[in-house]
Amino acid sequence: MKTYENQGSKDTRSGFGAGLTELGKTNENVVALCADLIGSLKMDDFKANHPERFFQVGIAEANMIGLAAGLTIGGKIPFTGTFANFSTGRVYDQIRQSVAYSDKNVKICASHAGLTLGEDGATHQILEDIGLMKMLPGMTVINPCDYNQTKAATIAIAEHHGPVYLRFGRPKVANFTPENQKFEIGKALHLVDGKDVTIVATGHLVWEALEAAKALNEKGISAEVINIHTIKPLDANAIIASVSKTKCIVTAEEHNHLGGLGESVARVLSQHKPTPQEFVATNDTFGESGTPAQLMEKYGLNADAIINACERVIKRK
Amino acid sequence: MANTQQLEDITTQVRRDILRMVHKVNSGHPGGSLGCAEFFVTLYNEIMDRKEGFDMDGIGEDLFFLSNGHISPVYYSVLARSGYFPVEELNTFRLINSRLQGHPTTHENLPGIRIASGSLGQGLSVALGAAQAKKLNGCNHLIYSLHGDGELQEGQNWEAIMYAAGNKVDNIIATIDLNGQQIDGSTDTVLPMGSIKGKFEAFGWTVLEIEKGNNVDAILKGMAEAKSLTGKGKPVCVLLKTVMGNGVDFMMHTHAWHGKAPNDEQLAIGLAQNAETLGDY
Repeated sequence: MKTYENQGSKDTRSGFGAGLTELGKTNENVVALCADLIGSLKMDDFKANHPERFFQVGIAEANMIGLAAGLTIGGKIPFTGTFANFSTGRVYDQIRQSVAYSDKNVKICASHAGLTLGEDGATHQILEDIGLMKMLPGMTVINPCDYNQTKAATIAIAEHHGPVYLRFGRPKVANFTPENQKFEIGKALHLVDGKDVTIVATGHLVWEALEAAKALNEKGISAEVINIHTIKPLDANAIIASVSKTKCIVTAEEHNHLGGLGESVARVLSQHKPTPQEFVATNDTFGESGTPAQLMEKYGLNADAIINACERVIKRK
Repeated sequence: MANTQQLEDITTQVRRDILRMVHKVNSGHPGGSLGCAEFFVTLYNEIMDRKEGFDMDGIGEDLFFLSNGHISPVYYSVLARSGYFPVEELNTFRLINSRLQGHPTTHENLPGIRIASGSLGQGLSVALGAAQAKKLNGCNHLIYSLHGDGELQEGQNWEAIMYAAGNKVDNIIATIDLNGQQIDGSTDTVLPMGSIKGKFEAFGWTVLEIEKGNNVDAILKGMAEAKSLTGKGKPVCVLLKTVMGNGVDFMMHTHAWHGKAPNDEQLAIGLAQNAETLGDY
């Protein structure tokens, strides 16, 4: 089976920062806003290189979203930066009315998503943001898997006209996708060929899915791995084609099973190709303090959890 | 330039439009719309420097943002009578498949509208963003915005008010419709806000009051002064004292007509008090 090598672990938020730095050089309409988290969002370079295009708004996320919507009037492409919790739940109505309903070209860039934020605990560990954002008409939702892909996604969304939610994380994780890859919004990436089970993963869970596929291979189970970096619009054809071959599927995400990738996949399959599915996701719960690895184990979001889910779903075929 | 009489004639016609629009669909917000009719007419006919036609970016012209979107009837009437879309389209207000939604939206591509509003408290942030874009684009034109006084109870306003002064956004004139009323009663009984003037000043804004907010000459004079105060390192706030329901005697000085349409008889009385000037749509 095809394997992938970790080129050296890096945080996805640094991929965002690197992408923003690149955009600063190449697209003069890109502006950035931050709500008092410049260091955490890795926006320091953009701020230093383009102070006139950088807006420090203070701890005032609602105002930040409105400012971003207004900046589009005049042709700017605003990238807002704060934690995922404060990028979504805190400002849902501002995004709904001033950005999504008003069809404004705002890129909502959200770090520290999910449990892997770690020790800060549940107040900051949003596990509902994908659901909140994918429900908004016209909103594109992207959750890239590693540093290189986050950088590529950041650059790509500047070229897409319309509101985008870009979700990434805090910890250093395996960096295994190609450097300087071209990022195509809405296009699933086929990582490993398999015939017994399909694993569709997003964000940090993609590497875990690859680790799971390796372990399953040693047990004689052939798993197909697909990286769904774009949850909306969902690449339904890629998913349907894969389960036509494998006849069962596991979805994996660092998010609540309610409202996440798994439900989007289930909707597609129930309409077009009913297929046994297992969900690797949190089970309608808040997170808690702990190290990222401890939390991912406790809440069942790692390679072991994916292996177990694959074995369960294969039996349901 | 239009003279006082011409502006008053347009205002009278706008009042008729407002009454007829909300009466037809038995819904909408006549009170605040009537209270701001003189302001909108003066703004669009005299105060703002506008280009012909409409494009979203609005470079090279002044822009207006309505934050208290429920007074859409006056906004639609003045936009139509300023040439943004046919006045006959006012007939479609709040009907299915109309571009004239209950609250203003860009979603149906109605010329003249640059942001959706209705959920209160969001417009000042958007207007400030547009003001910053003007500065980045080297465009010396101004941003105008209108907000309800009750709307200031929304916390986002105060984030925006703090931001504007802290960042010296001095190419904006934000007007507050100070009619002292909101849905459940007077602002003083629902949630007393103290001195709005004092609050804006404490946040670092230049504040100007227009005592006769339903008098076109007073609005012209006050807004000209406001314009002269822009570009001096501070955002400018205009406190416009208006009478809700102005121009229709039984709708004045009460919150009762905030979101209620007149019946046939009430419409007739209202129209009789505002004789046709430019022709009904």
